[in-house]
Amino acid sequence: MYLDPDVLRSVKILVVGPFGVGKTTYIGNISEIEPLQTEEEITEASVGFDDLSRTPDKTTTTVAMDFGRLTLSEELVLYIFGTPGQERFKEMWEELSRGALGALVIVDPQRLDESFPVLDLVERFGLTYAIGVNHFEGTTTYPLDEVREALNLPADTPVVACDVRDQHSAAQALITLVQHLKSLLA
Amino acid sequence: MSDEYGQEPHLELTSSLVPLFVITNGRALPPDQEYERTALVTARKEGGAAARTLSPEGQVIMDLVADGFLSVAEVAGHTHLPLGVVRILLAQLEESGLVLVRKPVPRADPLDRELLGAVLDGLKSRFGA
Repeated sequence: MYLDPDVLRSVKILVVGPFGVGKTTYIGNISEIEPLQTEEEITEASVGFDDLSRTPDKTTTTVAMDFGRLTLSEELVLYIFGTPGQERFKEMWEELSRGALGALVIVDPQRLDESFPVLDLVERFGLTYAIGVNHFEGTTTYPLDEVREALNLPADTPVVACDVRDQHSAAQALITLVQHLKSLLA
Repeated sequence: MSDEYGQEPHLELTSSLVPLFVITNGRALPPDQEYERTALVTARKEGGAAARTLSPEGQVIMDLVADGFLSVAEVAGHTHLPLGVVRILLAQLEESGLVLVRKPVPRADPLDRELLGAVLDGLKSRFGA
């Protein structure tokens, strides 16, 4: 359960995507610990008739967020935070993106339109990212170039196939992201 | 809305807030950065005396981090306390000299080649890629 006593540095990477895209499975597959959840509160404007009366009603909702851990060396540990990609979670994004190395954006090739708000947040918070195209059972594999085109991605943004149920595939997507981060410093 | 007619100002007691308020002894949230979720925490061995006056939740955290380092997020995950409450409790524990906190790599450091190299090497050796 405990970290290596010599661990001095912690870093984080966000795994982001729309609801139901496979973030939880991804983290469960790659984490060295049983994935844990943090409970946190977000404040959001109430919707409904209240809007008409212009009362500044806010409601507080508790959301549970998954995360996992990967010890990378005696002195370095990586935390991976599953981060929901809706606009209403932007308060959390502010804190989560601070100091993050980058983000792995998981997309469902059959619901690519749901990824636009996620890409919006990733770019707004200045995170460098790679795209992992999840493979869902019973679906054909999508050509990655089509995904790149549909999402209107910059030419240097990596797009990789990423079966969230497969550890090797999941790890490879993370490695691709870090290679990309490193290449930007060259 | 106005108070022109001499109404009593409302005293709003939101019942769901009370337990958290009690747990944290009325303390406010420290700024996010102070106890970032990847900050690492462990109990100081010499902190025994002050530990006797801890709240039950503070004691749960002390027991959890008694034998090694865990991240703030893991403390929240294992105790099932909301992250905000964990941060406040950790602030109290650190102030009382009961815990040691290692801050995460600051924001400027993602531009650190050496760090990214270590992350990459670690991932590759872990997953045999």
